[in-house]
Amino acid sequence: MAALAADVGTDYLTSENTVRSWLLTRDHKRIGLLFFASITFFFFIGGIAATLIRLHLATPSGLLQPSIYNRVFTMHGIVMVWFFLIPSIPTTLGNFVLPLMIGAHDLAFPRINLASWYVFNLSGLVLLYALIMGGADAGWTFYPPFSTLYSDGYILVAALAVFVNGFSTIMTALNFVVTTHRLRAPGMTWMRLPLFVWAIYSVSLLMLLATPVLAMVLLLVAAERFLQVGLFDPTHGGDPILFQHIFWFYSHPAVYIMIVPAMGVVSELVTCFARRPIFGYTGMAYALMAIAILSFFVWAHHMFVAGISIYSAVVFSLMTFFVAVPSAIKVFNWTATLHKGSISFDAPFLYALGFVLLFTIGGVTGLMVATLGLDIDLHDTYFVIAHFHYIMVGGTVSAFFGGLHYWWPKITGRLYPELWARFAALLTFVGFNLTFFPQFILGYLGMPRRYYTYAPEWQPWNLLSSAGASILAVAYLLPLGYLAWSMLRGERAGPNPWRATGLEWQTSSPPPTYNFARTPAVTTAPYAYNPENGSYVAQDGTVHA
Amino acid sequence: MRSGALRPEMQFATLAQQGETAQLGMWVFIATETLFFGALLFAYFVYRNLYPEEFAQAAKETVLWCGILNTGLLLTSSLTMVLAIEAAAAGRRQALTNWLLATAALGIAFILIKSYEWYLDYQDGVVPAVHFFMKLDQAPAGELFWVFYFIATPLHALHLSIGVGLLFFMLTRARRGELTSGYFAPLEVVGLYWSFVDTVWIFLFPAIYLVGRS
Repeated sequence: MAALAADVGTDYLTSENTVRSWLLTRDHKRIGLLFFASITFFFFIGGIAATLIRLHLATPSGLLQPSIYNRVFTMHGIVMVWFFLIPSIPTTLGNFVLPLMIGAHDLAFPRINLASWYVFNLSGLVLLYALIMGGADAGWTFYPPFSTLYSDGYILVAALAVFVNGFSTIMTALNFVVTTHRLRAPGMTWMRLPLFVWAIYSVSLLMLLATPVLAMVLLLVAAERFLQVGLFDPTHGGDPILFQHIFWFYSHPAVYIMIVPAMGVVSELVTCFARRPIFGYTGMAYALMAIAILSFFVWAHHMFVAGISIYSAVVFSLMTFFVAVPSAIKVFNWTATLHKGSISFDAPFLYALGFVLLFTIGGVTGLMVATLGLDIDLHDTYFVIAHFHYIMVGGTVSAFFGGLHYWWPKITGRLYPELWARFAALLTFVGFNLTFFPQFILGYLGMPRRYYTYAPEWQPWNLLSSAGASILAVAYLLPLGYLAWSMLRGERAGPNPWRATGLEWQTSSPPPTYNFARTPAVTTAPYAYNPENGSYVAQDGTVHA
Repeated sequence: MRSGALRPEMQFATLAQQGETAQLGMWVFIATETLFFGALLFAYFVYRNLYPEEFAQAAKETVLWCGILNTGLLLTSSLTMVLAIEAAAAGRRQALTNWLLATAALGIAFILIKSYEWYLDYQDGVVPAVHFFMKLDQAPAGELFWVFYFIATPLHALHLSIGVGLLFFMLTRARRGELTSGYFAPLEVVGLYWSFVDTVWIFLFPAIYLVGRS
């Protein structure tokens, strides 16, 4: 089975184990783990902010000073968007798995990959500085004129942190694009790429083309705030709506930057645990590219009530309906893949199933808020909050955990405890729905986002949401415990515990430093599973009964 | 290629693959940079469109001869850059060094003239937030023109300075014999970057100095 594997004892984890060998590593697998440490840290910072928010909102009178509450939800947004969700799957699982999947010995630019991690941490330090000094209070969107003229928080420092963070995003994305173009193993044609590679490739294009626009608009906001020159200030001739246009030109694609890698993970999980080839591979690959391209032309649906012309609003509403088509294709194809499959309900599959359900709810409610008439009512309410948390938390975070469990045996060489993991996956699903479904109702009832208080009659739904959040917190803490345990005590996994077809499973677990003893030759399309008898053909052409 | 020459890094099969990969990397980076400067130019033209009179009046106070001279210097530097690459491809090491030095000199001359121009701008009182006198026929949007001017031109100068740094890095690599007629991809990568910075100026120059000047 492990014909591509090197001799035992030379895997990337044990080959050299000084601190220096980790901090100066050029191995994409080690850098993936370094990123994992960083984003886990920020997941907890953002999680603490979320906990404070839900504690505060358990009663209408609240727990925090209004000005502190503003800082807490701003920090929650900034940390979760730029320091967890956007880097989450690409920098960890993508970094680790992408070169293995395409049969490469490393990424194209290993030094840039390591530099990306250092830049990420630098930006994180800048953000922590803003947090310690008192935080920022303008919301994660930095809307002027509040962010430039009125806010007294550390807006400049927070914006600088996000600006620097963008360099890390761009470096990593550039590496993925170039690697996918140039370092595919012989026979690994574009139409033989695993869908996770397609997802990381298309999300990298999004990152490359959207992030610089955010950098520029933050630069303009910083200039206005620092120099008091009025770039977006109407009294100086500036136009605050222009800021919103440029900001959302980045930030709507950023939503897809968060969800597209998750779609890639789920495609791997669904086909492997249903033991069937993915339904409509070509459609799935093109749907990813279509989402990436269309997502650049929907940004103004965030601005329907900001005073844009009704004609452009109609066009942007229509474009938003268009982008739902490739997303729906993906949901239908995942479902169709399950049909007549030989399904095993292991933890990664449970997470994937949760993803499909929650993403569907998040997507359909997204169409509701993209409808012009309905958005007038729902804009800036908890309905919107619930909608995008269904996509980002229910979708992306579930897929991240699913992918983490799926590739855990490859990363560590050990199996995680299956029963605990299934329990955590179910708990995530229950806790998530309990937290966020009440927020749809609250939004429908009219509770606005970002307010530190609310009408007393909304308390039952808020209490339910806060109770759900505590369950969700347990569900997210559980894996930390049992995964750490499995690193020391877990059963040895062997190269391919899931009997999966990807090249990453054909080398040893954990893989050797340069991934493969020799460059693999690819002879088949991915996902050559047979549900009838459980056999499969790996991408290097080996047949397994 | 001579014996004892460079080997590809372990993730590449051949030096040719390594060179092509490096070039693709720079092209992708240039795409990113295009969107970066594109967002700035977009915002600039939105305001220019909103306040055509004020912007045209403000733009007339830019120092045209500096802009024209600098445009000439940068265009010439792209020529010397290409000649440096050609010299490397032909294995003429002395010519390579000379053309690289000429390119760097033109780049430095650009930055010096630009700095002098900023000094003239300061004397004219058109530096927003630092030293600025609002003219009546330009209020309030005339200041916006200068805000964009003082964001765009230093950003371009910063990119050019990085380019000059890269040229000196290439000079040391050439001296160490790392750029041979068999492998000079790093030089081509720097050349791409240099031409891109040049191209940014090709857009900035008319947008700042020429539009509405007649």
